[in-house]
Amino acid sequence: MALNTEPNIARPDDFYQALIDAHAGLTDAQSAALNARLILLLANQVGDLDTLRAAIAAARDSVAS
Amino acid sequence: MPSTYRPPEYPYVTPLEITTGEVARTQVAIVGAGPIGLAAAIDLAQYGIDFIIVDDNNTVSVGSRAICYAKRALEILDRLGCGQPVCARGVSWSVGKVFFHDELAYRFDLLPEPGHRRPAFVNLQQYHLEEALVVRLGELGHRVRWRNRAVGIERDDAGVRLDIETPDGRYTLAADYVIAADGARSPLRDMLGLEWKGQVFRDRFLIADVHMKGEFPTERWFWFDPPFHPGQSVLLHRQADDVWRIDFQLGWDADPEEEKKPERVTPRIRAMLGDDRPFELEWVSVYTFQCRRLDRFVHGRVIFAGDAAHQVSPFGARGANSGFQDTDNLCWKLARVLRGQSPASLLDSYDRERVEAADENILNSTRATDFITPKSHVSRVFRDAVLDLSRRYPFARRLVNSGRLSLPTTHRASPLSTLDRDVFSGAMVPGAPAADAPIRLDGRAAWLLNQLGGRFDLLVFAPVAPRWLDEVRRSLGGELSVALVVPQSVGDESTGLLVIEDAEGLVSQRYDGAPGTAYLLRPDQHVAARWRALEVAEIREALARAQGRGGH
Repeated sequence: MALNTEPNIARPDDFYQALIDAHAGLTDAQSAALNARLILLLANQVGDLDTLRAAIAAARDSVAS
Repeated sequence: MPSTYRPPEYPYVTPLEITTGEVARTQVAIVGAGPIGLAAAIDLAQYGIDFIIVDDNNTVSVGSRAICYAKRALEILDRLGCGQPVCARGVSWSVGKVFFHDELAYRFDLLPEPGHRRPAFVNLQQYHLEEALVVRLGELGHRVRWRNRAVGIERDDAGVRLDIETPDGRYTLAADYVIAADGARSPLRDMLGLEWKGQVFRDRFLIADVHMKGEFPTERWFWFDPPFHPGQSVLLHRQADDVWRIDFQLGWDADPEEEKKPERVTPRIRAMLGDDRPFELEWVSVYTFQCRRLDRFVHGRVIFAGDAAHQVSPFGARGANSGFQDTDNLCWKLARVLRGQSPASLLDSYDRERVEAADENILNSTRATDFITPKSHVSRVFRDAVLDLSRRYPFARRLVNSGRLSLPTTHRASPLSTLDRDVFSGAMVPGAPAADAPIRLDGRAAWLLNQLGGRFDLLVFAPVAPRWLDEVRRSLGGELSVALVVPQSVGDESTGLLVIEDAEGLVSQRYDGAPGTAYLLRPDQHVAARWRALEVAEIREALARAQGRGGH
């Protein structure tokens, strides 16, 4: 399964707000802990290792290329 | 010193060659009488190969050494004739529990499938294991040359000459081949100037062997960040004689000398036990773990095995267990080469297969160590996230890594294997170690693996045409032993074959053994080839390939 980088979230603004709201009132350390848990949960939802590797590479590429 | 154990003192005997001044000559010199050297000696004795085994000491190893012997190692010990005493002496376990903070995160069972002779693991102090191996070697009419230290080595295309030092002086030991089983600090490796590549993990672990009447079950317990040892991990294992192994992670900054002192160790154990029960410290040491290996294990006529060839951190019990698989893989090949039955290039397959296995073990052990000792802040954040989620969500339990416990390597790309032409399901692919199963032999309960190995076996699933079986035995009978697997109901197979009654149907199930199926198995019980229906010419070709004689 290839990494889908086309729009796929039904209500993007609602998702984005939910993501930001989840961090409300958290310290940086707590936010980092939340992000880690969220990545793990979503990774399990995706399941496919090739897709996960493509997502990791795309994220890494965007930060340090 | 341990209060529960007094190490034997094996007699030093002045070597004949010291008196006569002659060179000692043998086919194989084994350097090191630890578990791996002893296993090699027993295997070579069973193959009828002439050898001399030397060790610089005159006793077994004491201290906190290997304790967990995995199912495959136990099956190898069975073939060597000493699986039973080891299993009888040790404690068997298959359940592991992982705790995070003060609660159970999850439990696992390593052998949920019944119908195997040996359990997932037997825990036994290394000194008991070594004693059992020395006894077995004695039964075969051999003894170790104790207090014979290899201090020099010279080699050429024709052989190897070892300089051996004894309390009475030196002599020369000349051998066609040397098995270097002289441990993680291998002096032979240094003498040959071989590079020992890998990494040291920046962490320290306190390893304590404790004698106590514990009420813990016979399970592997692993704590991440427990209240009694905050911020670090702890591992608890039961051994024989009411001795328990406890590993405390200390961190890189710990002072090894300070941490070994009883006044430091005792409170740690007391905190873990949480009560006043009496215990005695048998042995305490502080370790730094490392994963390293030689580039190649075969260096001309010097062949490295066990920790001398590769070293792993202990999480996963992949040290001694992989060493037994080394000699299991090596000895039949060496025996064939020395008898002139196979070319010396057969030994290249030892290098290839066991390097592959070492890489698999190092990978698994490194990943476990990285999970237990996160190398960066972010890896610690993810590690703790996994542990936290594992308390509520099953998916996260699969990510927790307190050691992926030793399983034998399937040599998928082995040059000795014949690729499948037919379609099979299940795990018994070419290169895989053969699975055990309960059987009946002459009407009595027995185990499949105990009937196999030490020679090439052809496992044939009935019914097959008797004429065909006759042809196989007539043309290949000198090269392999034929075993016929029959279902429960079939009666008279009085053909002089080994007839294996598949009483519970598990042989057929585990080998996907439809009638007419045949498996060619190597002397180390790994699958070499398999067919749904076959021609004698095909078996002959697969056999030649598995023996390193040609192939395509």
